[in-house]
Amino acid sequence: MKLSREFRDGFSDIAPMAIAYGPIAALWGTVAASKGLSPLETVLMSLGIYSGTAQFVAMDLWHMGLPLAYLVFTLATVGLRHVLMSASVSRHMASFSKPMASLLLFWLTDEAWAMIERRALSKPVTPAYFFGVAAPLWPVWFGFSLLGALIGQAFGDSKAIGLDFAFAAMFIAVLAGFWKGPRTGAILAASAVAAVAAKLWIGGAWYILAGGVAGMLVAVMLYKDVAA
Amino acid sequence: MTVQFSTLVIIICVGLATYGTRLAGYWLLRNVTITGRTKAALDAVPPAILTAVIAPAVFLQGPIEMIAGAITLASALLRLPLLVTILAGVGCVAGLRFMM
Repeated sequence: MKLSREFRDGFSDIAPMAIAYGPIAALWGTVAASKGLSPLETVLMSLGIYSGTAQFVAMDLWHMGLPLAYLVFTLATVGLRHVLMSASVSRHMASFSKPMASLLLFWLTDEAWAMIERRALSKPVTPAYFFGVAAPLWPVWFGFSLLGALIGQAFGDSKAIGLDFAFAAMFIAVLAGFWKGPRTGAILAASAVAAVAAKLWIGGAWYILAGGVAGMLVAVMLYKDVAA
Repeated sequence: MTVQFSTLVIIICVGLATYGTRLAGYWLLRNVTITGRTKAALDAVPPAILTAVIAPAVFLQGPIEMIAGAITLASALLRLPLLVTILAGVGCVAGLRFMM
């Protein structure tokens, strides 16, 4: 059973992240409840938006009674990094049917994307692998959002056990696999500097896009050097 | 267990916008053969975005996260399994926060 093997690979690769999603989702649910969202609204938001960054930013903006258009526009800019991720991951999805790819891309979170890019370094990505990565994350996300909304105060501080660092640690681990010499170093440096600068001086969630675009620009500039 | 109409509208609009960003790159590039500079730019997306996501968390929080970031990177470069690498980073942060 090759297909179920692929599914199990994806599932077990992402399992540590699924565990780390729990406290983050519970924290978000707790914040949402404190902003006056009902438990049902909380779980619907985690089901339908399914983006930690967007949902935390949404809760930051919630109390201000903003016009709907402003809220949607702001959260769409938070999500713009997905365009780059989906463009990049699309190269590993050439064998997927269009409906299958479109369905699976609903679950393209930062962590699922990172895991799929990592897989693509060594093996072709299959729909079963993608589904195996997506399958455990979503239920943990909306399940623990609900739990946080209902009994959030009982959870305690996930920072004390370092769980807030799990995502950074996973990204560093995945990042190491992309090292291809000094040119990668230049891309990483440009991205890090741009992201930190954007975080300090622009604020919000622009830093991800800023770093991504800076890294791409450096890659293009260095490409010209090589070709010339 | 109530859902306000305005909240439901927000969830649907933001949900569609977010799903749109997740589909956009795929639908834009699906039938495009990518070569040369465009390929170089797209090849840079994974490392550049991964770096951008973690840069503030590692460099702007304080010495604990910088040390933990370095230890995580060392574990990754030693080709330790992913889970071990994540645990090294998380354990380092937890330990340093406990001590400081």
